[in-house]
Amino acid sequence: MLSRRHVIGVSALCGAGVVRAQAAGRLTIAAASDLRFALDEALQPFRAAQRGASIDVVYGASGKLATQLRNGAPFDVFLSADIALARELDDAGLATDGPRVYAVGRLAAWSTHAELGRLPLAALVRDSRVKRFAIANPEHAPYGQRAMQALQSQGLQGDVQPKLVLGDNVSQAATFIETGAAQAGLIAHSLVLSPALAGKGAWTLIPEAWHAALEQALVITRRAADNPLAAAFVRHLEAPPTRELLRRNGFALPEQVRREPSDSVNKP
Amino acid sequence: MSAGDWQAIGVTLRLAAVTTLVLLALGTPLAWWLARTRSGAATWIESLVALPLVLPPTVLGFYLLVWMGPQGGVGRALAALNLPPLVFSFWGLIVASVISSLPFMVQPLRDAFAAIPPRVLDAAATLRAPPLDAFFSVAVPLARRGFLSALTLTFAHTVGEFGVVLMVGGNIPGATRVLSIAIYDHAEAMNHSAAHVLAGGLLLASFAALLALNLASRKRTVIGA
Repeated sequence: MLSRRHVIGVSALCGAGVVRAQAAGRLTIAAASDLRFALDEALQPFRAAQRGASIDVVYGASGKLATQLRNGAPFDVFLSADIALARELDDAGLATDGPRVYAVGRLAAWSTHAELGRLPLAALVRDSRVKRFAIANPEHAPYGQRAMQALQSQGLQGDVQPKLVLGDNVSQAATFIETGAAQAGLIAHSLVLSPALAGKGAWTLIPEAWHAALEQALVITRRAADNPLAAAFVRHLEAPPTRELLRRNGFALPEQVRREPSDSVNKP
Repeated sequence: MSAGDWQAIGVTLRLAAVTTLVLLALGTPLAWWLARTRSGAATWIESLVALPLVLPPTVLGFYLLVWMGPQGGVGRALAALNLPPLVFSFWGLIVASVISSLPFMVQPLRDAFAAIPPRVLDAAATLRAPPLDAFFSVAVPLARRGFLSALTLTFAHTVGEFGVVLMVGGNIPGATRVLSIAIYDHAEAMNHSAAHVLAGGLLLASFAALLALNLASRKRTVIGA
């Protein structure tokens, strides 16, 4: 028979189990969804080198991650798919380093049906076999925003509207296409080349002139000002082997790593 | 299953266990009062208690995010006291789960308490049992099925929470990445086999819990009387 004392004892244990001592080395990275596979790969040597450290990545739409950061999310480094979001965080005084451009993203039209994936964008959107066309949500995902821009620049907004499905982030949009729920869509080139999707169907790269550039920039957050792991991670990301890895994964590289002069004067 | 998946299971079980215990402590007196009071306020309180049942989780999640965030009342109070924020923390999830699972604890208990004939408690009183003693030695055993139902449903509902956790949790591994979020993550990473394992496991576990509850609650037919 469960007595009152048992109940109090068990709940105390649960509470104690929950309060964990802070790990000696802990890094929480917030990263745009288009980095999902490239970053996992890039982190392998970094994790091996930083034995004992606890390194976690949270993937999501850049806009959403930025909002969470503003609301106090415990991220140490934020890898945004859009430099504009990184700049906003810096202007709000939430960054100690950055924005630093680490890659340039590209948009790709993709379908698991090879004959559809090879069509030019206009033909693809208008094709009767494409009943659902997936993009990331333009409201908070940079790739979604650029997808909308590309469609608008080609005058396809009216054609795509009745078929449009929005993924929470570019990864979810890719999932819609991969499972066949959407017959085609516009997603990140890096995702199309990833191990999960490579070889399925066909894709076409979207000309950069059709949308605003996808300059992807990172910031080290104010929270991580004294975290040596954060600085070490950024160094690792900007090192030649990692940059080569990013290039292999479908990103273009900035000519040289550019560091934006920060607007905010007060750095704690 | 990866280490991350086991971690998500651990977070989920801890969340469900703590939430259930907190709600047991808070919900029992509330259910008792609702079952026995003649006050007009009871109807209003009951409607409030039932609210999480009908609200979309995102509504609750949104208000909690605003309230517990750095600009909200609770968020600012905690910051003033130099305490860590509730948003994106395990304890923030506890607050969210307690509110969201409240009806699952209170309603079965209230119904079970209401089913106790008042004369049984009157009899205990005439035998000079203090109210608290009467509660634990008479009311609680009589409401056994209600407790079983409330505990199981609260636990299972918290395990299955998604919308609220997504809004206020932030998907932090080890702290707020619960099972439902881990499944969502795997699906997004197109890691279908991992998603299948977790989703299937959760489905079986939930069904087993409900089956056990229903088997334990089956009334035995009374012949005669």
